[in-house]
Amino acid sequence: MSQRIVLGFDHPPRVFCRIGGGENRLLFKAVTNRGNIMSQTTLIVGLDGSDAGKRALDFAASRAKLIGDCRILLVYVIEWSPFSFQTAEENEKRHARREEELNLARERVIDPAVAATQSDGCTVEGIVKHGDVAEILEKLARKHSASQIVVGRMGERNMKERLFGGVTGRLVAASSVPITVIP
Amino acid sequence: MKRFLTSGMAAAALSLPTLAAAQDAVSFDQKVNDVFASSTGWFVNLIFMSLPGTSFPWIVLWLVVAASIFTIYFGFIQFKAFGHAISLVKGDYSDPDDAGEVSHFQALTTALSGTVGLGNIAGVAVAVGIGGPGATFWMVVAGLLGMASKFTECTLGVKYRNEYPDGSVSGGPMYYMTKGFKERGLPGGKVLAVIFAIFTIGGALGGGNMFQANQAHAQITQITGDFSGLITGGIFAVVVFMVIVGGIKSIASVTEKVVPFMGVMYVIAALIILIVNADQIGWAFGQIFAGAFTGLGVAGGFVGALIQGFKRAAFSNEAGVGSAAIAHSAVRTKEPVTEGVVSLLEPFIDTVVICTMTALVITISGVLVMDPATGNFVLNEAGTAIQTTDGSSGVALTSAAFATGFSWFPYVLALAVILFAFSTMISWSYYGLKAWTYLFGEGKTTELIFKLIFCFFIIVGAAAQLGAVIDFSDAMIFAMAVVNITALYFLMPIVKREMNSYFGRLKSGEIVKYER
Repeated sequence: MSQRIVLGFDHPPRVFCRIGGGENRLLFKAVTNRGNIMSQTTLIVGLDGSDAGKRALDFAASRAKLIGDCRILLVYVIEWSPFSFQTAEENEKRHARREEELNLARERVIDPAVAATQSDGCTVEGIVKHGDVAEILEKLARKHSASQIVVGRMGERNMKERLFGGVTGRLVAASSVPITVIP
Repeated sequence: MKRFLTSGMAAAALSLPTLAAAQDAVSFDQKVNDVFASSTGWFVNLIFMSLPGTSFPWIVLWLVVAASIFTIYFGFIQFKAFGHAISLVKGDYSDPDDAGEVSHFQALTTALSGTVGLGNIAGVAVAVGIGGPGATFWMVVAGLLGMASKFTECTLGVKYRNEYPDGSVSGGPMYYMTKGFKERGLPGGKVLAVIFAIFTIGGALGGGNMFQANQAHAQITQITGDFSGLITGGIFAVVVFMVIVGGIKSIASVTEKVVPFMGVMYVIAALIILIVNADQIGWAFGQIFAGAFTGLGVAGGFVGALIQGFKRAAFSNEAGVGSAAIAHSAVRTKEPVTEGVVSLLEPFIDTVVICTMTALVITISGVLVMDPATGNFVLNEAGTAIQTTDGSSGVALTSAAFATGFSWFPYVLALAVILFAFSTMISWSYYGLKAWTYLFGEGKTTELIFKLIFCFFIIVGAAAQLGAVIDFSDAMIFAMAVVNITALYFLMPIVKREMNSYFGRLKSGEIVKYER
């Protein structure tokens, strides 16, 4: 006598099987590399206050709607290197300046974007950090087990970027998760 | 100090006519020179006084003895913590959540831009020109010892800095003198701090300003031919004004990028010359070691080499002077010792690497005249220095030595001297300002007054041949070391406690590297 075995899966990824007319039985569930259940899909969106960033956010929001249970992390990175050269006076004021920069980025870019996206019904969080854009987006993607990073295409802005590639290029080269670049 | 300032004001009033009638400049210079020499000469003589029966200035011994004591007291920290210093500068122990704050690298390079400069180019040439290649050996020894002095003062600088509600910080010897002495229950901290602040203002206006402007002008005229220093001084003053008063960041950031580039280029050029003459490096080191103990016939023999080497190292890396403690105290760290450890790289880069490069190039280039029969150096007619192939000394000697490798290098060197002078002025304007606000209080107007005085002194420095003024301001910088090191002796147990605690926790694994 043969029995029908039905395999099924849902989102967040869980795989079930049903033997004959029995109950659904959970076979296994996908876990993140940090050990917790991957209950939500996380999308990381790089914002820079430009139209390209806005397009990336729109795209991510529309995808999030299709996926369902989805979390969007909006990330604004303030370009900064610990290996730049500063005057003593700049060093003295650095801490205060940093706070200003963080507040400004939250006020001008992240908060409005979070507010606009939240009305679409998905979970949205904003993050502002100092550092290298490509490096930080990649690090956050790993930390939050993101399924992809969405960024807008910026084009090469200066000689250095023409020679060594812009943020997008470096991100594509270094990332451990898929990247979607919005033209 | 008051006399110093009023003379400065007198100079301000007097310099206006010189703009109109340049021919009066000589007599004006002479007048200021005379007033200074008669009123401040005793102070200069006191600071640079030789030890009885020798030509060894006591201030140099003061710095070297202090550096030796700190080296032993902290258990050769400069060698033990060297690897850890590099690890800290790389950011291995920096919390990623602190990104955007002042890093160890930034604090180090800011402090370095205040010390790397004329001392490394002109000062070394003077040392080798008078003391022979052997001076290099003693310079390196003094540089290595000086690392312990920097460690001590910079740890204290961070520990006792003032943090204000707006998040800005002010640190330096003034603060560790007052707060540190109070903590140890010692009297006199405030008095030391005030004296130190006065000397710092003098040093900032002199060695950190007039001397730099003066030498930059001398360097420019060597290439372009003679013209009025008022022009050079005026241009420098306007640019410095734009940076420190106008807050024009672009100029500062250009300098900040170009200066390290110049430093690296200088070292690379030196390395290329050394590689091309690789077969002579062994010989050059032989000269350095032989000269260090015999003098190879230089003026003053072995003692002459020793004095010159020690003197140049102390003048170049400012270890023990206290200036670096001001620059290093802006770093973001919870552990004051970390910045002390990072700061010990400063004399290493400044003296052990850059100064040694200059000395090696001068030795190998053959610009110093040697008697092939005896292997000893030939002295000039006066018997005060080694004869050079083209009779040059100071920065011109370095220039001639590098020109044996690259004929165009003197132009690069001139540019480097100008930029180094500029960055040193920017750094010292800050040190001076910190001392000024310590004395007169923080505030926009008080700060502006100092900045205007500072810019004015640039013009005076470039325009005038004020030997006495410059001697006085050099003396001021070393007077800073007298006060600072006195305080360091009283406060060094605090540094030791911090050091043992930090390295203990590092060893036990309580302090670990951050994941990158």
